[in-house]
Amino acid sequence: MYPVVFKKVVKTYHLDAVDVPALIDIDLEIRPNCFTVISGPSGSGKTTLLNLIGCIDRANSGEVIVAGKNVNAMSDNALSDFRAQHLGYIFQNFNLLPVLTTYENVEYPLILTKVPAAQRKERVLALLDAVGLADRIQNRPGQLSGGQRQRVAIARALATGPKLVLADEPTANLDSQTGAAIITLMRKMQREHQVSFVFSSHDPQVHAEADDTIYIRDGRITGIERQALETAV
Amino acid sequence: MKTFSLALRNLLRNRRRSLTTLLAMVIGLTAILLFGGYRSNITHGIESGFIQSTGHLQIQHQNYYLEGGDNPTAYGIPDYQHIIDVVSHDPELAPYLRVVTPTLQLGGLAGNFAAGISRSVFAVGVVPEQRSQMEKWNDYGLVSYVKPLQLSGTSADSVVIGDGLARKLKLCNALHMTGCVQSDTPVSAAPGAAAPDDIAALSDLAQGDLQKETGTRIEMLASTAHGAPNVASLSVVSSRNMGIKALDDVYLAMHLSQAQRLIYGSNAPQVTAIQIQLHHTSQIPVVQARLQKLITERFPGQPLEIQDFKTLNPMFGQTAQFMNSMFGFIATLIAVIVLFTIGNTMSTAVVERTVEIGTLRAMGLRRAGLRNLFLCEGILLGLIGAAAGVISALGIAYLINHSGLSWTPPGYSDAYLILVRVWQDPGLLAGSVLGLVVVTVISAWWPANRASKMMIVDALRHV
Repeated sequence: MYPVVFKKVVKTYHLDAVDVPALIDIDLEIRPNCFTVISGPSGSGKTTLLNLIGCIDRANSGEVIVAGKNVNAMSDNALSDFRAQHLGYIFQNFNLLPVLTTYENVEYPLILTKVPAAQRKERVLALLDAVGLADRIQNRPGQLSGGQRQRVAIARALATGPKLVLADEPTANLDSQTGAAIITLMRKMQREHQVSFVFSSHDPQVHAEADDTIYIRDGRITGIERQALETAV
Repeated sequence: MKTFSLALRNLLRNRRRSLTTLLAMVIGLTAILLFGGYRSNITHGIESGFIQSTGHLQIQHQNYYLEGGDNPTAYGIPDYQHIIDVVSHDPELAPYLRVVTPTLQLGGLAGNFAAGISRSVFAVGVVPEQRSQMEKWNDYGLVSYVKPLQLSGTSADSVVIGDGLARKLKLCNALHMTGCVQSDTPVSAAPGAAAPDDIAALSDLAQGDLQKETGTRIEMLASTAHGAPNVASLSVVSSRNMGIKALDDVYLAMHLSQAQRLIYGSNAPQVTAIQIQLHHTSQIPVVQARLQKLITERFPGQPLEIQDFKTLNPMFGQTAQFMNSMFGFIATLIAVIVLFTIGNTMSTAVVERTVEIGTLRAMGLRRAGLRNLFLCEGILLGLIGAAAGVISALGIAYLINHSGLSWTPPGYSDAYLILVRVWQDPGLLAGSVLGLVVVTVISAWWPANRASKMMIVDALRHV
């Protein structure tokens, strides 16, 4: 089953009295357990596409099916619960909660999904160990480097065992060496956790690692490059 | 992560702003509590004064309060002792009753003929021991300014008069009063001899062979039940400050038997009221209802009515209303200030944390969860501000109560300590704290609601 299916999806923004089309008749299938990169120039619609996949924005028309569910028909509460259960997010600016420790940041999505405390602890410690931050569990984001913060964000995105992780320019605020390390880590985690990663990125290092690349321009998909599936498994 | 824990950490995130907001709340709550405590002291003080002198309830002849105040003969209660017995022995009323005592109010002229002076007086006949018991009522634990009525154990012709009346009758030296400016007529003068013969004869007739003392003897002229003048020779045993100058200048308390003899002579004695003092003011409604039933059933032919102390003393209601309106005005002003202060703080927090709001929502936090998070921050601010405000108010109240500051209320003849009852008024404390928390929740609601309704993508894009 494809984790993401778009059928004739249209997204238009209303700016003052003007309708600005952001996505036009998008048909798309994202393969499971792949590193998928959405590529395109600024203003092409890649962030809008990522937002629709991540269920944090709604299409004007068409069907958006994520993890087998038509998310356009869901209520706000149902969509919130759906995001908590099935989706993980990695942001360009890490977006960690500054008042929480590393441990608590990773634990937070598990609290939202009402995972029992003992299981939470086990899961959080395993993830922090996997991203190499087992010795930083009591640090707050302000006490971590950019690379370490993004590692926490990766652990947080994977905490609930989502089917899909969305990453918006995850290496944009990192130096190339740290960015490369983060990509390697994400690839490793993607394989270990059998999860689909969808990126919006300009970073050539991310493109080099991609299984599939979706090219978008002026709100339309102009091409999809798919690597052989074996490379993704 | 519990919502409250997260909310608390968010408050600590910007300590200076949180402290500024808390300071506004603490100052506001302290002001409300101090003024409320002052109001409470005044209203409880006035209430206690009235209850000590007139009781909580009075059984009177119908319309005595409205029309018969100066006519004890037409509005007397003849069978009062029977009524007192019935009330006192009623098993339903017994647990509430503290004192049940008869009283007779009368007007007349008091004269110190030795000094050649006379004055109108407002006299009250009391059973001294029961009146003394009434004056010990202090349900609110106030500082009492009441000097005990020194009639207990005295002879039947003994009276206690107001300080003002004592001064007017030139009895300062005889009563060893302080603060008198004029010199009294020498006490060595034979007082009785100065009285006109007819007055002296009337007085002797009324008093029989009671021993006459020198220096503190006065005569009181009153109208009997038949309209004839009657005079009693009375011995002033002491004077007392009645607090209110208008009363202090006319007050005269005597034994009930003496007052009855003066008004009713050899006829059956009557009283103008049966005073009933309860253990607590809150018991008035239940006792009043029972008394009404008892009077209707047991004394159907007698035109009696029951009045509570608020009706008998309209000044109490007026003062309480004035103080309450002042309190309400000040509390409203402070509530509005606190409302906008917290609202501003929470709005700033929402703007500053817009990206965080988008992140939380993207991770799956529902709108209600986000709203609750900001509301929790408001409630926490309210609770912390309330606790600090209460502590601050208690500290300042302690200082005021031990400072010895005093003032003389309008119309009063004596200075009173300025006291504030904060800790002693749990209703005021609870109400103010609850009010502050409610104001906090209201002021946090709008920013919290705004945060919860943000579009996720817009919030994440916020710079």
